[in-house]
Amino acid sequence: MTLAVEMKAITKAFVDVTANDKIDFNVDKGEIHGLLGENGAGKTVLMSILYGLYRPDSGQILVNGKQVEIDSPSRAIELGIGMVHQNFMLVPSLTVAENIILGKEPTKSRVLLDTKKITDDVKNFAERYGLNVDPKAPVHTLPVGVQQRVEILKALYRGADILILDEPTSVLTPLETEELFKAIRALKKQGKTVIFISHKLKEILEICDRVTILRRGKVVGTVSAEETNVDELAIMMVGIQVACTFTHAQTERKEVVLKVENLEAMNDRKLPALKDVTFEVFASEILGIAGVEGNGQTELVETLTGLRKATGGNMLLENTDITSASPAERIKRGISHVPEDRQKRGLILDFTVLENLILGSHSTPQFTTGRLRLDLDEASGHTEKLVNDFLIKTPNKDALVRHLSGGTQQKVVVAREFSRKPKLIIASQPTRGLDVGATEYVRKKLVEMRDQGCAILLVSADLEEVCALSDRVAVMYEGKIVAVKYPKETNERELGLLMTGGKCE
Amino acid sequence: MIAIALAFLAGAIILAATGYSPIEAYGALITGAFGDIFGIAQTLAKATPIIFTALAFLFAFKCGLFNIGAEGQLLVGAFAAALVGISFDGLPALVHVPMALLAGAVAGGLWGFISAVLKTKLGAHEVITTMMLSYVALYFTSYLVNYPFKAPGGVSQTVAVAPSAVLPLIFQSTQLSASVFVAVGLVVLTYYTLQKTTLGYEVRAIGLNPTAAESGGINVKRGIVLALLISGAMAGLGGAGEVLGVHGRFIEGFSPGYGWDGLAVALVGGLNPLGVLIAAVLFGALRSGGMEMTRVTQVPLDIVSILQALVIIFVAAPMLIKYLLKKGGHKWSD
Repeated sequence: MTLAVEMKAITKAFVDVTANDKIDFNVDKGEIHGLLGENGAGKTVLMSILYGLYRPDSGQILVNGKQVEIDSPSRAIELGIGMVHQNFMLVPSLTVAENIILGKEPTKSRVLLDTKKITDDVKNFAERYGLNVDPKAPVHTLPVGVQQRVEILKALYRGADILILDEPTSVLTPLETEELFKAIRALKKQGKTVIFISHKLKEILEICDRVTILRRGKVVGTVSAEETNVDELAIMMVGIQVACTFTHAQTERKEVVLKVENLEAMNDRKLPALKDVTFEVFASEILGIAGVEGNGQTELVETLTGLRKATGGNMLLENTDITSASPAERIKRGISHVPEDRQKRGLILDFTVLENLILGSHSTPQFTTGRLRLDLDEASGHTEKLVNDFLIKTPNKDALVRHLSGGTQQKVVVAREFSRKPKLIIASQPTRGLDVGATEYVRKKLVEMRDQGCAILLVSADLEEVCALSDRVAVMYEGKIVAVKYPKETNERELGLLMTGGKCE
Repeated sequence: MIAIALAFLAGAIILAATGYSPIEAYGALITGAFGDIFGIAQTLAKATPIIFTALAFLFAFKCGLFNIGAEGQLLVGAFAAALVGISFDGLPALVHVPMALLAGAVAGGLWGFISAVLKTKLGAHEVITTMMLSYVALYFTSYLVNYPFKAPGGVSQTVAVAPSAVLPLIFQSTQLSASVFVAVGLVVLTYYTLQKTTLGYEVRAIGLNPTAAESGGINVKRGIVLALLISGAMAGLGGAGEVLGVHGRFIEGFSPGYGWDGLAVALVGGLNPLGVLIAAVLFGALRSGGMEMTRVTQVPLDIVSILQALVIIFVAAPMLIKYLLKKGGHKWSD
């Protein structure tokens, strides 16, 4: 069988991380090839290289057996490669047909758009591939699933024989997913090659002929879908080599700090993101939320901190209902939040260290005089104390946070949130992107806070981290808590399975 | 400063190219603006309304908002002040003047508030609504001054405000009124509010990163409403100052575009209250010195507009471009 795509020893490094490390990746002509891995495993980078969005640092690419240099998406399109991104690149106010022909418009006497021909062309074209769309519908009126179909048609219209789909199902409802799979199978019958990027095991097994698994920028292996199963893929993808280290014996059970009952919430696309979520966090306890990213963790954290509206269920903090409390009120009641995106949510980069350290407490009596005036002397003393206590490496308290290193920025967030004397800390990906030293520091602080009686909800995509720190582990999958495990009663294999939708026996 | 020097250099080239002596022209401009006490007073008088509108733009901008409707807020403020000035008689000046000024601020604030509500409730962009409401203000006050409140005579103006509502002139036979003290006071107050109060802190937090502000428990919508309200009130106060101090009545077309000048001055002043003060004086000097220049050297007054435009281009345009790039940059990284 001939190879549609052959990527040899592809390496691509960014400033602080090697996204692709000598990756070999082969796709046969006419197959549906899955590319599986967790977020940050390097899937999208590899495909962006194939589509000409990035240049590799080293390595070779062969398309249909010929060595090629792909230096731009237009070169990729020439070679018959099309890519459908996670975020669609459509013009919302134009019609389906106009979007599809964009860049290759059929004209009458060179200047006038041949609208009739456009509509007919697109209609025939769509029928040929069994992808039904109304050519005249404006794109912004269409549901996401149909918009995706338009994206696929756009790629095909430009002559794509090799189609890259980047996490195509992440935006779809189950029904839309089924239709997408039908379309993909139809494309295969027409002789097209499809590369299907996903972190969802079941989908990969359902639709793909072969799967290549990436982990931390390296190829773990390529297997035939028929000869593997969810278990094997899960282990390959999550790849826990380090044994879980539950270093601390759980002290006796204390009072409930946070009680979440039947919580429901929507994601940004108005699809259910949290389904009937129920759990409790006790004082002096770290409850870890394990899960592959995108299974509702972000929405859970946002709902708990009041940034997202709950559509059902309720939340109790020390027996007080806080379901409809504002973020400010929750802060006042003792909820601290270390957000997953420190630069976007956690910090105001163009504020000084001092200004960032009082965010959220800036209107409390501690930092105000006469209710409206900021007490800058108090804030100054507070800043000095935190800079010393938390070893924040900053030239002075008036330095802009933008100019600090990533680890130091996170220390600013941690210092601010932990110094509020919280009852509950919600820490989301607290060590993401940090170097070893800073990671250790943040973890140590979390454990310290727990030992002082704080209830901690730790959300992390890093299973090793969850295992190392948590007293109990709750596993989230598709917006549900599928299991709550005591560390002694579980193992990494079971957690890996639960995270990826497998059943434990 | 370099940018301003560049602007004057470019202006000199234009002057030379059109057959005038740049040295003579600039000499006359400077003498006119700063040569004697009357020149200085006139410069400050021209700067006063622009200080208000520039602070209005600046305050909203610190909250991440583009209030380009200061012109309209100034007009409704001016009219409201005139109305209060006319309607009461026999009040002591110590009561009447503040009352009229307050009316101006309230009316301007209300004008800003409408845009704020449209933004927070309906998601309408403030650039559109503040600008559109400017036209509403322009034609609405024009209607009022031409029909219900028109003073007898050929000019579209109201009757004079009561003497008790007049802001006294500081120098007779100039246009410099006590409004300039209000303006300078407002500069200090704006700086203080932004840097030293919780309100200013919240406004700046929202302007720099609304997402993080929200996480920090700041009510972003409330902040936006307050910022536009205060911004509008500042412009309205400026309009009131012109009516009560300079003209003594509302005259149609009394503002040659103070709102727009304010936008430019805020940018030239580096979006900093003290910078605004300096930049406003520069613009005031161009206006007042320009008259002298025309009288002495026959250089047409239009050159002043050209100079103003050059200053804006050299100072503000790079800043705007930087700002836009930054905004665009955020989008890319999403």
